[in-house]
Amino acid sequence: MATLLTPKTLDNDAPSRIDRKSERQARDKNDRNKKSHSINIRSISRNSNALDLEQEKITLQVRDLNLYYADKQALNSISMDIPKNRVTAFIGPSGCGKSTLLRCFNRMNDLVDLCRIEGQILLDDNNIYDRNVEVAELRRRVGMVFQKPNPFPKTIYENVAYGLRIHGINKKRQLDDTVEWALRSAALWDEVKDRLHDSALGMSGGQQQRLVIARTIAVKPEVLLLDEPASALDPISTLKIEELIHELKKEFSIIIVTHNMQQAARVSDYTAFMYMGDLIEFGATDALFTTPQKKQTEDYITGRYG
Amino acid sequence: MAFNKDAHTAHISQQFNAELEAIKSHLMTMGGIAETQLHQALDALVEGDAVLAERALKADEQVNAWDIEIEEQCTRIIARRQPAASDLRMIVAISRAVNDLERIGDESSGIARHAIELANEGELPRGNNEIRQIGSLIREMVSETLTAFARYDIDMAYKVVKKDRDVDEAYKTAMRSLITYMMEDPRSISRVLNVIWVLRSLERIGDLSRNISQHLIYLVKGVNVSHSSLKEIKKTVKG
Repeated sequence: MATLLTPKTLDNDAPSRIDRKSERQARDKNDRNKKSHSINIRSISRNSNALDLEQEKITLQVRDLNLYYADKQALNSISMDIPKNRVTAFIGPSGCGKSTLLRCFNRMNDLVDLCRIEGQILLDDNNIYDRNVEVAELRRRVGMVFQKPNPFPKTIYENVAYGLRIHGINKKRQLDDTVEWALRSAALWDEVKDRLHDSALGMSGGQQQRLVIARTIAVKPEVLLLDEPASALDPISTLKIEELIHELKKEFSIIIVTHNMQQAARVSDYTAFMYMGDLIEFGATDALFTTPQKKQTEDYITGRYG
Repeated sequence: MAFNKDAHTAHISQQFNAELEAIKSHLMTMGGIAETQLHQALDALVEGDAVLAERALKADEQVNAWDIEIEEQCTRIIARRQPAASDLRMIVAISRAVNDLERIGDESSGIARHAIELANEGELPRGNNEIRQIGSLIREMVSETLTAFARYDIDMAYKVVKKDRDVDEAYKTAMRSLITYMMEDPRSISRVLNVIWVLRSLERIGDLSRNISQHLIYLVKGVNVSHSSLKEIKKTVKG
């Protein structure tokens, strides 16, 4: 865990008899050479609250992943670690493979004929592409939300309870509790608590998307995959979803694909930039959006000719 | 990712290119005015020319107007373009540099006011040598800082940072000799104090030029060197 720099730790490093203000005045008045060293500048290390991938717990590990659609290679030897309880964003131009990679995490590409995958994706050290992995169980652990809200033509309640019923949970008490928890977590409860048994199709787009998120988290997945979750929504609903993402990362690891770079910058802790099937750069969002290391990343996030 | 000098001509949005180029050229204009103002104030002081000093005071109004104008442009670009990476660092560095340039203008005005006072007293006070010597160092620093910014030349920026040390040394030496002079001849105190205020302003202008050079290093290298030692800055610049 990255240690957060609190005012307290600063105070510990400064002798108490010198308050900040007089220290600052002294610094202004004295010339630079004589700058009072009662505060050790090193101790206010600039990087101490920066996120560092090496300090994170890892939930998903991608190992040398190659993916082909027929004979066209769409992902080139991707290796990356997805940190736990963080938001990881994938950005990149259309066709760079970010959605393809996202779909690999819960084997959505199994549904695509001609799609062939080499390499491994480890969820808690188990390869999700092993023959004995049950895909339905994998998708419970790795839930997914799509660009367009896709509620079932059922009531709001039944939409959220659906996954639980599939997993054989039918006790009303338990269903009620989980539905309420999921709707609350999705910041939707207050808006729908009086009409739980109305059709979900009567909700607004933003509400439907949050309902779908509630449905996904009702089965308590470990990882939440979001594929452009806000691109069909208005700005206010978008902000609600982004706020929700921020809340949800306390309990889930979140991976989000977005075309909206500002959205990636706003919601994510880590950002991966992909281009033509390659993972170009992957690191803390703060660093990637202020001082990217690769020219391609720089060109893309600043809107330059690639 | 190192900063590319011609980078702000390569955006897909031509309008954004134009805005960044405009803001950069406005900064250089403002820097030119502030530099001229400093020269006028110093020349006025050394030559006892009150008219020139008035011109320097007048120039400060222009510097202030550019300060507000460029700040507004920065805010507008942040609001409308959400710049990232080197574009963002450019806006941040320019916004800070403008602030420092404005204060250079203020200090030059201060010098001009003292020039008027000293000119009215008629006599050239002791300390003129110190003012000439430190003044020429400061002129170099300001000019090099602006050239460095215009060319995104961080080697030159590093030289400015280094030169600030020489200024600080010269300032201390001058201060010692002026204090000795005041002790020897208490009647001179008020006039020598005027000289001290001028040296103080010059020293501040040196600090501000150094700050601007440090903003440039941040812009080009993405590393904040505001509180770094000379050695660390050298490492950043060469690395």
